[in-house]
Amino acid sequence: MTRWSRRAVMAVPIAAVLLPPGAQGQPAESFEAAEQAILAGRTPIASGIEVEIPQLSENGNSVDIAIRVESPATADDHVTAIYILSEKNPVARVARFTLTARAGRAEVATRIRLGTTQTVLVLAETSRGQVHRQGREVIVILGACVEGG
Amino acid sequence: MTRRLGRARVLTRWILLTVLPCVGLGGLAGAGDVRPSRDFLTPELRAQQDDPSRHPGWLWVEQGEALWRSSQPSSGQPSCQSCHGDIGGMAGVAARYPAVAADGALLNLEGRIERCRTQHQAQPAFGYESDPLLSLTAAVALQSRGMPMAVATDGPAAPFMAMGTSLYATRQGQLNLACGQCHDDNAGRRLRGDVISNGLGTGYPAYRLEWNTLGSLHRRLRACSLGVRATQFGLGSAEYLALELFLASRASGLPVEAPGLRR
Amino acid sequence: MSLITARITLPATARQGEIVPIRVIVRHDMEREVDAAGLTPVPRRILHSLRVTYAGEEVLRMALSTGITANPYIEFTTIAVATGDLVFEWHEDGGAVYRREARLVVT
Repeated sequence: MTRWSRRAVMAVPIAAVLLPPGAQGQPAESFEAAEQAILAGRTPIASGIEVEIPQLSENGNSVDIAIRVESPATADDHVTAIYILSEKNPVARVARFTLTARAGRAEVATRIRLGTTQTVLVLAETSRGQVHRQGREVIVILGACVEGG
Repeated sequence: MTRRLGRARVLTRWILLTVLPCVGLGGLAGAGDVRPSRDFLTPELRAQQDDPSRHPGWLWVEQGEALWRSSQPSSGQPSCQSCHGDIGGMAGVAARYPAVAADGALLNLEGRIERCRTQHQAQPAFGYESDPLLSLTAAVALQSRGMPMAVATDGPAAPFMAMGTSLYATRQGQLNLACGQCHDDNAGRRLRGDVISNGLGTGYPAYRLEWNTLGSLHRRLRACSLGVRATQFGLGSAEYLALELFLASRASGLPVEAPGLRR
Repeated sequence: MSLITARITLPATARQGEIVPIRVIVRHDMEREVDAAGLTPVPRRILHSLRVTYAGEEVLRMALSTGITANPYIEFTTIAVATGDLVFEWHEDGGAVYRREARLVVT
């Protein structure tokens, strides 16, 4: 695994699209508003989605989350997007995965920051317009020694 | 003055009374009954520590191995590799440090690397907590991972060992706690969100989730000092070096775990 | 120009049609914006998106926020369609792009 170098490019228009609204001086989108925006009027399904996240996190700086969505994973019927939303972080939209039928499975994992005990909500969209939904409550505790040194 | 001391005593009692017994770790560890730091991790964190594909510390190991090979590309000075050969030759080194140098100075691994840099590569020291020093320390220490700690505490090391032993046993700070009161008397119990380990330091440099980065043992010791509201000594200070020697001796026979993964 | 380190984990080889798990971790502080009274202001500086292409198509895109842990870690899967490079492109606040490739051999 060799190191690779940085290539500065002109400001890519895509960057503006992917920045959260708060970063551009607008009031931050709320958790509820984010969920409603993603659902876009659709009624979510509670089944067919599994979110693995600890009930009690080691440290709010790094919380493992793994998401599995049941899907035929065909060109016609596959998961197109998985959203992770945070109820109480400053930024509600934590991440969005955009997948294609080439994924084979709708299984992703990452590590997120949680500022406090809260609900983490996962929404998964399919190419057929369905949305799966699962929320999980995570307890975030303080460490014993106060950091600052 | 009296009131401040009174509050410290009350706080001490509060801390010791609110620790809850931690299920599954076999009760209290008595003095002299030290266990590897990895035993105090949750199974999830322990599994990640063992998995180079998931352990963030390996990002520094890679940087370190690259630095080892090419730390002096243009200046004509030797690289680590040109004197020491392949980094695999560093097996066993971290298990023997801290160690006393020929001139009588006590050096930990960071200090040894910085000496090479300044004396043999004619370059300015990297500095504690810099990426290059963390990377090289992690990469060198990794070569001893799993090997038993075996530092010398006699001969020229004896005075440093005496200082470290004394520091470990001395009550410090506003909370008036000595290291052993947590790390011997209450190892395995919970202190707020953490499980108290034996405080061996064998996992350092470690990636701490609290820091979002890899950090040295001295950085961790500073956090301990702050935790009991004691004077924080400097990174690379004589006090922390002596304490590091004592801790390394305390961990005799137990495995090097660097680079560790910690909360 | 500063350098960045990334570790990509994938099987050395895979059978045609096999679903391959991929892991990637990249060295980046994912600096959250600090803008509060009494604190030194720090601008946001994160990797805000990752794009992975393989065998001619984008197989994953991820939008990351400040809510993603420092030294971002990601797992995903892809179908082994043909021997070729998985190309990872990270976009950072300010416009920098980092690129990394990992070869998947498909038998």
